[in-house]
Amino acid sequence: MSVFTIIEHDDGVVPAACLQALTIAGELAAGDTVEAVVFGPDPGLGSVLAANGVTTLHVVDHELVTDYSPEIYGESLAQLLKQAGPAGVVAAGTDRGNEIMAQAAARSRLPLATNCVAVTADPGAWTLTRARVGGLLLEDAELTASTKLVTVVPGPGDDVSASPGASGLLTQTFVPDLAADFVHSRLVERTERGSGVTLATARVVVSGGRGVGSSEGFAPLEELADLLGGAVGCSRVATSNGWRPHSDQVGQTGTKVSPELYIACGISGATQHWVGCMGAKTILAINTDPEAPMVTRATYAVTGDVHEVVPAVVAEIRRRADIRAGRRPALA
Amino acid sequence: MNVLVCVKRVPGTGSTILLTDDGMDVDTRHLGFTIGPHEECAVEEAIRIAADHGGQVTVLTVGPAEAAEQLRDALSMGADHAVLVDTGPGELDPEATADALVQAVRQLQDEAGARFDLVLFGNESADAGHYQVGVRVACELGLPMVGGVKGVELDTDAGTVRWRRPVAAGVEVYESSLPAAAGVAEGLNLPRYPSMRGRLRAMKAVITTLHVDVAPSGLRKTGLRRPAEERPATVVLGSGADSAGAVVDVLEELGVA
Ligand SMILES: Cc1cc2nc3c(=O)[nH]c(=O)nc-3n(C[C@H](O)[C@H](O)[C@H](O)COP(=O)(O)OP(=O)(O)OC[C@H]3O[C@@H](n4cnc5c(N)ncnc54)[C@H](O)[C@@H]3O)c2cc1C
Repeated sequence: MSVFTIIEHDDGVVPAACLQALTIAGELAAGDTVEAVVFGPDPGLGSVLAANGVTTLHVVDHELVTDYSPEIYGESLAQLLKQAGPAGVVAAGTDRGNEIMAQAAARSRLPLATNCVAVTADPGAWTLTRARVGGLLLEDAELTASTKLVTVVPGPGDDVSASPGASGLLTQTFVPDLAADFVHSRLVERTERGSGVTLATARVVVSGGRGVGSSEGFAPLEELADLLGGAVGCSRVATSNGWRPHSDQVGQTGTKVSPELYIACGISGATQHWVGCMGAKTILAINTDPEAPMVTRATYAVTGDVHEVVPAVVAEIRRRADIRAGRRPALA
Repeated sequence: MNVLVCVKRVPGTGSTILLTDDGMDVDTRHLGFTIGPHEECAVEEAIRIAADHGGQVTVLTVGPAEAAEQLRDALSMGADHAVLVDTGPGELDPEATADALVQAVRQLQDEAGARFDLVLFGNESADAGHYQVGVRVACELGLPMVGGVKGVELDTDAGTVRWRRPVAAGVEVYESSLPAAAGVAEGLNLPRYPSMRGRLRAMKAVITTLHVDVAPSGLRKTGLRRPAEERPATVVLGSGADSAGAVVDVLEELGVA
């Protein structure tokens, strides 16, 4: 039986996460067909998909399938699954992928395993491993269902652009049956994020926790982040005390960062914070407690008070820059 | 505006997650418990909505009897009613959890005459993270449902609600007709600390206990494990302000300064 995969696309660009899901769908199909599903008109994905082993493209077409709507996408997928009866569906474990699959699972009354890191097809059941707490904990599970629904944790990789042209792909239009008064949420506004350094993409993140002590205490951290072309992050203690906005929070319920360098200032390194920064290449911990988990897991550590260490580092960077520029360094 | 908030009792794990001997659960013997952070924001939002528009806040949880502690936390923040669906110890799969919630909501509606204009969930639970319980409940109840919500705007005259959510590319705003459901995320608001009066009131409040029958689904957990962690030993660069030179050496070596 075939395995389906869902292709989210942004104006013809297929995200790496979807190609990864497609690869796993291919492994699970084990010789049977891999079929892709897109919502709305096909932007010319044929050759990209064919090159990745897809034989059939199901294009979901309906006047209500224009902008994204969780309920409409989910109901359309549920109807397609009922008609086609594939062995399973593998989607990317992105916010949208998880949302569409949860909607489809609910409407089909099928089980769903989200955020898998490994899936194998055994006779009767799929054996899988799910990531919990951002991957700090792994859950082994068995999935038994007429159609098995899974999403997979996205890994690093490059997005691929669609290129028009013949592909040999079989395209089938699927028109879902949606009443005009079908209950759904309507997308009414979309604003694009401005450019600039964001926490999620910054090369350097200077992050502060309880040890920073106050919102004013973050000024030297901001200065350091500025000098290094980075962004400021924080722990949940800093957001729940109102020292920083939640958009700065790193961790399980905040942003997951993967910079070249993560500087953790006065952060103990609780699991829920660690999952947000463990993707960093290098970690420098500044902490009064040499036994703090953040210190013992860091690449580099300085034992000391953030209020002394960070300003001293800022001053040292400035001093060296002055020397390089041929200026007489200001006296400390 | 009557708001129902579904919350989950989750362990506050420390710097390492310990497992029980049979590898089926997190060892929680030495841990405290909390309402999931997303759900804590849902409770806060519900209390603000009820204060602004009138109406009552009901918190509902499916879990062990001890989850009454989290319901009292929500009551002490200002929720009006609390309902516990006692399913005993051990984790339910997400379909069974959703089924228990749906049965509980139906009992509250049919037997107690409750009516909910909004049903709020955390976007995903902090421990199991299945990303689906809220969606399943909303679907079964015939409610529209948006996830990842970090802003709520009600228009009671029009009978609609707008949900704001950040996405990778920016911000999306959805509109749904009431009644509606949403999965909210931490950052929606800053949950209040309960007042002393709130705590006293919560201590005396009566928690409604409901019983439901649920069957396991096709997703069966067979065990939990911790992935191997490899980190080389930490290089200590020094202590206090005197370490600045060594720190900047490293920054230059990494090519960031
Ligand atoms: C379900 C759940 C989800 C959560 N999600 C997140 C999340 O997304 N992000 C997150 O960060 N947390 C999260 N938490 C909270 C997390 O468990 C910790 O409570 C939090 O990360 C601790 O923040 P902290 O390290 O700043 O504070 P603490 O743990 O109190 O640590 C403070 C550290 O600062 C050091 N220190 C103190 N003074 C100084 C000084 N003057 N100079 C240098 N060092 C000093 C101390 O030695 C200590 O190591 C979550 C918790 C739960 C239960």
